Parts: sequence; structure tokens; C-alpha cells
Amino acid sequence: MNISVFYLIAFLSVFFSLMVIFAKNPVHSVIYLIITFFTFTIHYILLNAQFLAIVNFIVYMGAIMVLFLFVLMLLNLNKETEPVKSLLVKLAGVIAGMCLLVVLAGSLKAISTSAKGNPSTQEVVQNLDLGTVKYLGKVLFADFLLPFEVSSILLLSAMVGAVLLAKREKTEIS
Amino acid sequence: MESLSNRKKVLEQKPLTFMERMYLPAILKGMAITFMHMFKKKETIFYPEVQREFSENWRGMHSLKRDEQGRERCTACGLCALSCPAEAITMISAERKKGEEHLYREEKYAAVYEINMLRCIFCGLCEEACPKEAIYLDGPIVPADYLRKDFIYGKDKLVEAPLQS
Amino acid sequence: MELSLVIEKFILITGIFAVSLVVAMYSTLAERKVAGYLQDRVGPNRAGWGGIFQPLADGIKMFLKEEIIPAQASKFLFIAGPSLAILTACIGSAVIPWGSNIRIGDRVVDLQVTDINVGILYIFGVVSLGVYGIMIGGWASNNKFSLMGAIRAASQNISYEIAMGLSIIAFLMVTGSLSLRTITEQQHGFWANGWFTWYAFQQPLGFLIFLVCAFAETNRTPFDLPECETELVGGYHTEYSSMKLGFYLFAEYINMFVSSAVMATLYFGGYNYPGMDWVNATLGPLWGPLIGVAVLLLKIFFFIFFFMWVRWTIPRFRYDQLMNLGWKVLIPLAIANIVLTGVWITAKHTLENSVSIF
Repeated sequence: MNISVFYLIAFLSVFFSLMVIFAKNPVHSVIYLIITFFTFTIHYILLNAQFLAIVNFIVYMGAIMVLFLFVLMLLNLNKETEPVKSLLVKLAGVIAGMCLLVVLAGSLKAISTSAKGNPSTQEVVQNLDLGTVKYLGKVLFADFLLPFEVSSILLLSAMVGAVLLAKREKTEIS
Repeated sequence: MESLSNRKKVLEQKPLTFMERMYLPAILKGMAITFMHMFKKKETIFYPEVQREFSENWRGMHSLKRDEQGRERCTACGLCALSCPAEAITMISAERKKGEEHLYREEKYAAVYEINMLRCIFCGLCEEACPKEAIYLDGPIVPADYLRKDFIYGKDKLVEAPLQS
Repeated sequence: MELSLVIEKFILITGIFAVSLVVAMYSTLAERKVAGYLQDRVGPNRAGWGGIFQPLADGIKMFLKEEIIPAQASKFLFIAGPSLAILTACIGSAVIPWGSNIRIGDRVVDLQVTDINVGILYIFGVVSLGVYGIMIGGWASNNKFSLMGAIRAASQNISYEIAMGLSIIAFLMVTGSLSLRTITEQQHGFWANGWFTWYAFQQPLGFLIFLVCAFAETNRTPFDLPECETELVGGYHTEYSSMKLGFYLFAEYINMFVSSAVMATLYFGGYNYPGMDWVNATLGPLWGPLIGVAVLLLKIFFFIFFFMWVRWTIPRFRYDQLMNLGWKVLIPLAIANIVLTGVWITAKHTLENSVSIF
């Protein structure tokens, strides 16, 4: 049953992410993106990663996409205001997309080849406690303490930068 | 500039103290006040069953008065219609025939007398204008209705009931 | 999954739905009654005894009204808005433990739809999703005032979610668990080890912040700026009529019910009450827990009354005051609360350890 649910959700996430690109109205596009994130949440639940699922739910669907929607609603974009993209930008986009595709395909291939000889990737789904908050906390604050703290510093610097940007604009006006 | 009346007072606005800026004491005080109001006597009057007394200078529905002998006072002079700022009053006059002296006091009377209650603003100017003291706004509240035509009150609704005995 | 479990859960879910809908329905009457009593009036009292059928009359009226969809509105999203609002309002109650386990014969019935180990976070997710209903509805109306209301709702919800999350972090440091069942069981009884077991007495500041944020999240006065009549006509539901408007209003009351339930569960002991052990021992494993359910409902009703009481006492905030309160008062307070809680926990640990050493 699990595998058929996975295929259904995978189809839905691919379908809605395509809709994000092909939707004419930017607000509709954002709404499709929200649905795509929702299917990701279901994916996490299928992988037994409850905490990750709920955090994806709160942070991405509940906060970030609300801000996206907020900005797009305020901007009121439509066809007339859309800037004409030059050929160079389009070309750069295509190349960047292709690079991402190659990286994804390569990493997937690496996982599939390592999975054959290595049974530990199978264990991921078997260990029921893996996705719980307790386990995640222990791993984050013991094995991955340094990367965790470094990423928090990254967030702090981003916050400081945001405050600085907001401050400077204020002095220009006055 | 010097104040002429010498009654001007400059209000002193002190900055809020810390306790005031906490909001919470003030909010709790307000909530205590509203909570006490739950147990106070309710001011509601249950209208159709209980009716509040009208005040002395209340102006409600018009009534066309009769004199001591039960005759209609109105002489259809049209002053009420003339004075009406909302133009709510119309009338058609008629001459009193022989043998109708017990019905109408004057020689001329209103055969039709209509007040449009949707137009009327209950200002009482008709009452003031009437030389014969024939119209008074001493009735109750004009009741609601469904159709516009039912708000045009004729003599059947306006004229005072005939004297008893 | 056995069939009996499915049937049991189905009955439980239906029951909770029915209860939350009926409570929301009668909240509309209670709101008007409370408003009346606080203002020396009596409130609606014509439909049935003391106005008991007023919600039914209102519901019928809502259904019979003309449905208007604005000409330039995006039709699908216009309908999706209220549907989403009521959907997110309804699914929040899934993780709330309504009572301790009942035993019928040799069968143990769990009075909670599901005990996921991230229960609090689930509620947060659902609450944060609730703003989409308002935003989508407001945008789809193709009306500036609706859009302004929607945008106000979004920024207000996001601002207060942060303070709410921070207040909950301090709370979680005390409880050490995210599961609502565990949290409720930790508050067993009323008094233990020389202090109250209910978390409102261990986290008073956190509770205060949570309470204020709950008002903001449910868009209740004094934080009901998204539907501020004086500035925005009707706010995000200006263009709505008929039952679509009814859904928006109804979702607010269901939200109120769910957030009351959450506050009662997290901070006021859920189904626990003083002397519950004695009651459970005398009444047996069926009626004892059911009294617990009644106690939880009483606490919820108290909080609903509190919501209304505040609504008819405190006037609406100005928008900059709202943002000031959220960002400059509540968030620093919540962070201070986290630090205080950390200090307190560490001090308690060292004290206990040093006592054991001596």
C-alpha cells in the first residue's frame, strides 16, 4: 500500500511543480507551489520523518509561502508589467537548469549504486525512531554540532543584513 | 496670545509610567468593570409586550380631532399642507350640505385627507399651523407595513373615534 | 489495522466534529448573549426559550441568502477561500486528548484521535495554514479593501506566530515532550511536590504570551484588524455573502473552540482536576474519565467566555500598536522567558544534585 501511495504523491508533486511553471497568473503559481510543498510534507511522513514533515509544513507552507503570496498580491503582477527577458538571460537559465538536472541525476545514480552493496540505506526506513524529535535532537547536538551552529551563524548574519538594509533605506528617505 | 475668556486650561500630558505602559492592570480593571455589569439590572424593555411611556412633547401619529359635540374640527383650509416641509399632506375639500351640521363644525370640510407616513418627518408644523386646533400628533408610533400604499393614511385612520354616549 | 479500531476512531472523530460544530454554533448565540449582558441588555431572546433556536434561525437565513460572486473575481479561489478556512479550523482538534483512556469491558478506548509525537507542532502547522483561507478569499474578491484585510491578516498572523512559537519553546523545555497526551499526563491532579502541577503556574509569563498570541491568531478583538469595519468596510469578507460568509464567521468560532482547547490542555491541565484520583477510584474506569472530559469542556467553555469577555471590553488596537506589541514587546518577552526557564531548570538540577551529594 505504501508504495502505491508514494507513486500517487510523487505524481502529484511532479504535476503541481509543473503547474507552478506553466501557470499564467503568478498568484496561482504560488498556490500551486504551496500544494507542491504539501505533497513534500506527505513524502516526509511516508519516510517516517514526522518532525521534518511538520517543520516543512510550518516553515515553508505556513510562513515562507505566506510571505511569497503576500508580496505577489501586493505587487499585482500581470502581463503588461512583466519585463522582457533577453536571450542571454534565457540561455543562462537553460544552462543552470541543465546543470541542476545533471547534479540530481548523478547523485541519484550514486545512491542507487551504493545501495546495492550497502544495506544501511535500507535501514533508514526500517528504524522507526529515526524521525522523532528526540533522535533528531541527539544527532544535531552531538554528531553535527559544528554544522548546526555554523548554520545558525549564517541565519544570524542574514538577519543582521536584513536589519541593516531596512535601516539604510530609512535614512535615505529622511 | 492671551486668552480672552481666561478659561483656557493647558492640559498637562505626563508620559506613561511603567505600570501604565504594562497595559495589564488597566485591562484587568476594565474587565472587572464589564464583569460587574453582568449582574446589574438589565435596561431592556420587551417592546411589544411592555411599552415605554411617551414623553410629554412626544410627536407620534396624527389624529384629526372632533369638538365637544363630536363634529370634525377640520375645515380643509390647507394650511397644514402648506406648512408641511415634507409635503406629506394632501386633501380635497367639500361643502357642508344641509343636515350634515352634526358631522362637521365648519361650512367647509375635508372630504379626503391623506398623510403619507413615509414622507412625514413628525416635525409638528401642521399642528402649529392649524387655526382650528384640528390636528395633533398625539398618537402612538406609526406601525410598520409591507407595501408603500399602505403608508398613506386616509381619514379612516386619522379621524378621532366619535364621542361615546 | 483491525476493524474495531477503525470504527472506534470513526465514532470518536464524528463525535468531536459534532461537538465542535455545535459548540461553534452556540458560540454565536453565546457571543451575543455575553455582549448583551456585559452591556446591560439581554441579547437575543425571541427564537425559542431564551433565544435557544437563534443559531438555527441564523443558519437557515445564511443558507437561503443570495450567493454573489463578483464579476471579475477568480471564481475557483473565491470558493476555495472559505472552504480552506473552515477545513483548517476543523482539523486542529485531531491531536487534543479529550480524556484519559476509558475501559469498556476489556477494551481500552483512547479518547484522542491520534497521539503523534509532534502534537504541538501539528497544531502550529494547522494554525499557520489557517491564514491561507483568509488570504486567498481576500485576494480572489478582486477588491482593494478585501485585499488589505487579507494582507493585514497575513502579516499579523506571521508576526504573532513567532512570539507564540518562542513562548512554546520555553514551555517545551519544562515538559520535555511534544506529545499532548504526555503533557496532559504530566499535569496529573492539581497539587504535587509542593507546587501546582498545571503548567500555567509554572509558566505564567509563557501563558500570558500564548494567550495574547491566541487572540491574534484567531483574529479576535482587540486584534481583529483584518475585519476592521471603520477602515476596511468588512475586511477580507467584504464581497462574501450567503453561506460563504457564514463559513468565514463559523471558522472563527471553531478556531476559538480549538485554541481554547489547546490552552486548556497545555496550561490548565486538560482533563485533570483536583481530587481526580478519588473520583476515578469511586466511579470506575468508565465514568471517571468521562467526568474528566466534562471538566475539560468546562475549561474550554471558560476560555470561550474569556474570549468574548475580552472582546466586549477592550477596543481594537491601531495597526502600528499591534505590530509594536508583537515585535517589540512579546518577542523579547518570550526570549526572556526562554532564558529564565533555562536558568530555573539548571538551578533546580544543580540544587537537586548538590542535595543528593550531601
